[in-house]
Amino acid sequence: MRSITKRFPGVLANDAVDFEARHGEVHALLGENGAGKSTLASILTGLYRPDSGEIAIDGKTVEFHSPRDATEAGVSMVHQHFRLAASLTVADNIVLGYKGTPWLRTNPATIEAQVTELAKRYRMPVRPDARVWQLSVGEQQRVEILKALYRGARILILDEPTSLLTPQESEDLFETLRRMTAEGRTIVFVSHKLDELMAVSDRVTVLRAGKLIGTVNTPDTDQRALARMMIGREVVFTQAKKSHDASPETALELKDVSAQDDLGLQALHNVSLSVQHGEIVGVAGVAGNGQRQLAEAISGTRHRTAGDVVVKKRKLRSGDPEDAIVHGVAHVPEDRLGTGVSPSLSIAENLILKSHRQSPMSSRGVLRHDRIRRNARELIKRFAIAAPGPDTPTRLLSGGNVQKVVLARELSSVPVVIVAANPTRGLDVGATESVRSLLLEAAGNGVGILLISEDLDEILLLADRIAVIYEGRIVGVVARSTADVQQLGLMMAGASA
Amino acid sequence: MRIQRRLETPRWLVVAVPVASFVAAIAATAIVLLAAGKDPIATYARLFDRAFIAPGSLSNTMITATPLLLTGLAAAAAFRMRLWNIGAEGQLYLGAVGASGAGLVLRDQSAIVIIAGMIAGGLLFGAAWAVIPGLLRAYFNTNEIITTLMLNYVAGLVLTYLIFGSRSFWRDLSTFSARAFPQGKPLPAAAMWPTFDLSVVVLPFGFVLGLLAAALLWSLYRSTIFGFQARVLGDSPPAARYAGVKTRRVVVAMMALSGALAGLGGASEIGDFRHVLDPRGLQQAGLGYAGIVVAALARYNPFAVVLVAVLLGGLANAGYSLQGPEFPAGLVGVLQGMILFFALGGELLIHYRISLPRAPRSSLSPSGKGA
Repeated sequence: MRSITKRFPGVLANDAVDFEARHGEVHALLGENGAGKSTLASILTGLYRPDSGEIAIDGKTVEFHSPRDATEAGVSMVHQHFRLAASLTVADNIVLGYKGTPWLRTNPATIEAQVTELAKRYRMPVRPDARVWQLSVGEQQRVEILKALYRGARILILDEPTSLLTPQESEDLFETLRRMTAEGRTIVFVSHKLDELMAVSDRVTVLRAGKLIGTVNTPDTDQRALARMMIGREVVFTQAKKSHDASPETALELKDVSAQDDLGLQALHNVSLSVQHGEIVGVAGVAGNGQRQLAEAISGTRHRTAGDVVVKKRKLRSGDPEDAIVHGVAHVPEDRLGTGVSPSLSIAENLILKSHRQSPMSSRGVLRHDRIRRNARELIKRFAIAAPGPDTPTRLLSGGNVQKVVLARELSSVPVVIVAANPTRGLDVGATESVRSLLLEAAGNGVGILLISEDLDEILLLADRIAVIYEGRIVGVVARSTADVQQLGLMMAGASA
Repeated sequence: MRIQRRLETPRWLVVAVPVASFVAAIAATAIVLLAAGKDPIATYARLFDRAFIAPGSLSNTMITATPLLLTGLAAAAAFRMRLWNIGAEGQLYLGAVGASGAGLVLRDQSAIVIIAGMIAGGLLFGAAWAVIPGLLRAYFNTNEIITTLMLNYVAGLVLTYLIFGSRSFWRDLSTFSARAFPQGKPLPAAAMWPTFDLSVVVLPFGFVLGLLAAALLWSLYRSTIFGFQARVLGDSPPAARYAGVKTRRVVVAMMALSGALAGLGGASEIGDFRHVLDPRGLQQAGLGYAGIVVAALARYNPFAVVLVAVLLGGLANAGYSLQGPEFPAGLVGVLQGMILFFALGGELLIHYRISLPRAPRSSLSPSGKGA
């Protein structure tokens, strides 16, 4: 790709970016959110057309008008959020929309045989007749990769492929990638996790603010140097975790809490857990093992089928978010833009989302706009929210700033306990850093924090104790000082360790 | 041609697009007029004259606009929080039932008591009718579009039953001819709503109530806890639950409010104009459905509803008074249809940016194959 430029209204997403990948290499594309990685990948797969610049494959200039053109030229992408039809079988998904597929279904057995053969070759075990909704996230990813291979992909782009995987699943994925490169295929690996880039890639290209910063050979560099290229300054990776005074007082206690998921299936089984004042308890687990239901059962947005949630010795009413808010439960939900804020409302309005019923934000049912604006200006300043002003619709903010709005609101309510669900997911290094230091600061002020995260590194970095959740059960609680990554990984994957 | 979703809608566009849609509708209808061999400019001049200029025409326009204003506000109140109450039609019928019932019960009281009773009756009956789908939506997650629409037919049957199918309190049974040809009991003279003569124009009482309601609705959404919760709930139901909003209560209350406004429209039909419960006239007018159009054109803004109601009221009024051999009878209907068509098309421009590629490109397929 030569001198690719792509402009969006108000943003120069790619500014004359050159990018080149060789046969048989894993080439990592590194950059913060908004650095232009996804735009570049989307141009390479024909989703966007560049405003200028050109793409050449094996020296021949190509022009992609649609993803189909790219597929035909041997370029496929596995998106971070999978594009699979959940109710169809694996085999159906693999042939779905492919040019070679006839109008009527071909003999399923033929396709299944082909899929099994492919799966065996790359050691990606998956049952071709299984329905996609029955598969784990890791298996679904394999289906996506098989789909690309079935279409003859010679260049495969993976967008943040490990974000939902366990450490073991990631290892398996890397093994598959090595097999593919051994055959001369090219892998473009988009990520902002430095450790895995170091482990899997041959070269790394770094983007920052739409510009190419440089391409380096992985063995010639290290994480610190890459981080500097990525954000343009030094980053503190090991945040100093204050040794706080272990308070004997319990801020949050869960007693045999059970809850169902949206389909009415039991998602939490008798979860008991406690968080002391000033303590950070991490809940580690692979996505979809009851973490969401756990957070919602505490914050009252989900009914409990059994058990008690006790905050400062007071039992919270089941399924009553207002009761939880009043008694000091702050919640940083994992779906920050759809749940944590009301996206079309202004920043000022989102900052009073929970306090709008109380003085001074309202009196006798009437909102006090002057107080609301003053509150917004104060919090925007205190939490360094980058926004044009308090009246800006919240959905126009970047992910990091939306999360700051959520945290500003939740922390300014002086909570007893904070339930934070994947608080840094999808955020860039700078925003991640500030979210984490806000949580640490809150813990230093005596707030109990339940940190539910699918990012094990984050939990290891922040938590005092680590609870592992698997299929709605807490399968173990360990102190950070004695935690062993391999063992935690096994527990997260359900191995009885 | 490429269509991209707009991140931010400029303020001027929100005004410019409806205005441009209106102009485009006029232009498109002009083509229809030319095809029919009429002079479009002369036709529009007459239309405008009869809607707003000719003696008494503006007052007649206000009469036509009054029910549109109230049902438009009813629709706008609910639509604003994405609660699709399309039952203003039925809620208006029930409001008319409530208001005429109250007027008949209080017939011996003073005018103030009768009129207050009629307003209350209209508000209450309309609200009660809307609370049914509101509860269904809040507790059983029933699609309110379908329930409110179906209840419109039920309400129409209730009207017909009260006058044609039974010897109800509303039916006039005092004379032989009234027994042979069913009709509603006429209301006492004291139940006639007053008018406000501003010398330029005579405003019906219902229109004044509508202006008041528009102002209240605007400040309700802008400045009250209830309005704030309704906005959050309309924008993002999970965020509303997360914020501790009692979402069911808000849904039911907003349906009640919307129904009350439509019911007030029904009360105004009785008090301002008809003075009798008239099932056929009410059902032919289709005022509730027209309110949906008004709300949509006004983009759910209460003050814009006032403007749009007057505009569409003027068109309809001019259409009635000009109808005749030399004036195309369907013209006003065509023009109204065009306005709605272009306004809905204009929505696309508000939410999406449409751009044409700067230069035509060759559509050659990619040539690179081997890797």
